[in-house]
Amino acid sequence: MKRKRRKKNVLPGFGLTMGITTMYLSIIVLIPLSMVFIESSKLGWQGFIEVVTSDRVLHAYKISFLTAFSAALINAVFGLMIAWVLVRYSFPGKRLIDGLIDLPFALPTAVAGIALTTLYAEDGWIGQFFTLLNIKVAFTPLGITVALVFIGLPFVVRIIQPVLENIEKEVEEAASSLGATKKQIFTKVIFPELLPSLLTGFSLAFARGIGEYGSVIFIAGNMPMNTEIAPLMIMTKLEQFDYAGATAIAAVMLVVSFLCLIIINLLQKWSRKHEMQGE
Amino acid sequence: MTIEISNVTKHYGSFEALKDISLNIPKGELVALLGPSGSGKTTLLRMIAGLESIEEGTISFDGSDLTDKHVNQRDVGFVFQHYALFKHMTVFDNIAFGLNVRKKRLRPSKKEIEVKVNELLELVKLSGFAKRYPGQLSGGQRQRVALARALAVEPQMLLLDEPFGALDAKVRKELRSWLRKLHNEINVTSVFVTHDQEEALDVADRIVIMNNGKIEQIGTPSEVYDNPASPFVYDFLGNVNLFHGRLHKGKLNLGYAQFDAPDYLDAMDKNAVGYVRPYQLNIEREKKSVDAIATKVYFIHSIGPKWHIELKREDSDTYVEVELNKAEHAQLDLTVGEVVYVRPKEMKVFIPEDFVI
Repeated sequence: MKRKRRKKNVLPGFGLTMGITTMYLSIIVLIPLSMVFIESSKLGWQGFIEVVTSDRVLHAYKISFLTAFSAALINAVFGLMIAWVLVRYSFPGKRLIDGLIDLPFALPTAVAGIALTTLYAEDGWIGQFFTLLNIKVAFTPLGITVALVFIGLPFVVRIIQPVLENIEKEVEEAASSLGATKKQIFTKVIFPELLPSLLTGFSLAFARGIGEYGSVIFIAGNMPMNTEIAPLMIMTKLEQFDYAGATAIAAVMLVVSFLCLIIINLLQKWSRKHEMQGE
Repeated sequence: MTIEISNVTKHYGSFEALKDISLNIPKGELVALLGPSGSGKTTLLRMIAGLESIEEGTISFDGSDLTDKHVNQRDVGFVFQHYALFKHMTVFDNIAFGLNVRKKRLRPSKKEIEVKVNELLELVKLSGFAKRYPGQLSGGQRQRVALARALAVEPQMLLLDEPFGALDAKVRKELRSWLRKLHNEINVTSVFVTHDQEEALDVADRIVIMNNGKIEQIGTPSEVYDNPASPFVYDFLGNVNLFHGRLHKGKLNLGYAQFDAPDYLDAMDKNAVGYVRPYQLNIEREKKSVDAIATKVYFIHSIGPKWHIELKREDSDTYVEVELNKAEHAQLDLTVGEVVYVRPKEMKVFIPEDFVI
């Protein structure tokens, strides 16, 4: 009979750090989130369904997820390009532009919202050109997307930058010596290496976009069945002291966001399959 | 039918990495570019590959000028020190890459590519690893994949940049004798860069020894080892003992001892240095001739079948290293602290002015 020996971890402090991690996550994340479900359960199943499937709320969901998704997509494309420019080329003012990237992080979202609304209003600096093209930006879903693009940009750029910096020059040289053209090197060698982090940046920008309130609220115009976003619906319910209704909407958002993130995570895992070690 | 490098110069800012290099590499040879770091050997290799631009001079292959040809048109296989494999691709896809990126009309069919890759996997002894990712392989295996990948496009030249530099000693030895065999099997001109003189002597048909952006000597391993053209080459290829003295009319005078220097019969009272390899020294108990130097045994240790004796010269503070084989060592039966005489069997004398730039 072999005696079971307690497996000793080489790194000390596992018990302590794990304990703190669990407690911290519980207090900061898990308990507040579970309150959402507990609070919304006061409505009962019937009431819950009624709140979350009302036309106005459904439309708000649609607007929130669609605008967040398209904004994240736009950021993925242009964020990649900006990261590329910042990593691969040197030009005067590079550091300044690099610093500008973080601005959406630092700026109070309401300020951003007001600024964007002023710019993109029908007679605003930028809006007037869109008016010429018969496109309205402010107070439409397009305007919401613009605000979310602004908010989400740093996520993509800041996540891709270090990965791009770490791609060895030699790998590209190897591809080149094997006869690959510049385009082939990008599509077959560089892009696959960037894909996991691109997905990470995308999902962060997307998650941020779904929850964004401050910057959107000004440019959206908040017309029912048109430019109302889900977080606004929650605010409206709260203002009417309908806490259960507010949390019901929140609960659905939470579940859908969670599902979205899981899907993106799976995609990421798939794109990262080469990093598995061992058998 | 050669790689012809003529009058190639390269600067990095104000640093002159290569100074007017001319070199011919005959077809089918395995040539080593040997030198310390910063000697320009890697720069030269990368210029042959087209990974560095050529400022002055030309590089041609089989008479056709390569100078303005892009690296992806040069028909070279390049192997990097750190493998530079495509991490997101399997071993199979890595090796097939060069074939897959060809223009449609030049690209072999899927079936042909598969046959070719399997052949190469067999060649580098990695059959059965086709579906693995580079992250799942050891260093030696990765470098063999890199080699197979370079060979897949059937290059005219195979260029290797310190190919075994990142591997441990045993794997390195195995791989280099394997590379030698591989080179003999396939018809390709190979150039490899190394700072390891043993590696160069072991593998190469010819060695190009470089220092400070210049070629010091070109020759077969035995030529460069036995007849170093400069003090630098002497020093770089293995251990060497230096004897500083005055050179006058064919004699190198150290004060206590005197050596013949027949190459310098008309030298008049100049500072000079005699170079003697550790195995070119005899140890004797008595001073029998003028060319024996009195020394005291300082340290004795064995390296495998060889014995290394370190001796301190009685006339100066310098040390002399002597290499003996087992039998010689047993016969002499030296003890530490004993005074003995070392006598060079051969000596090469250089006058410092010749090589100080």
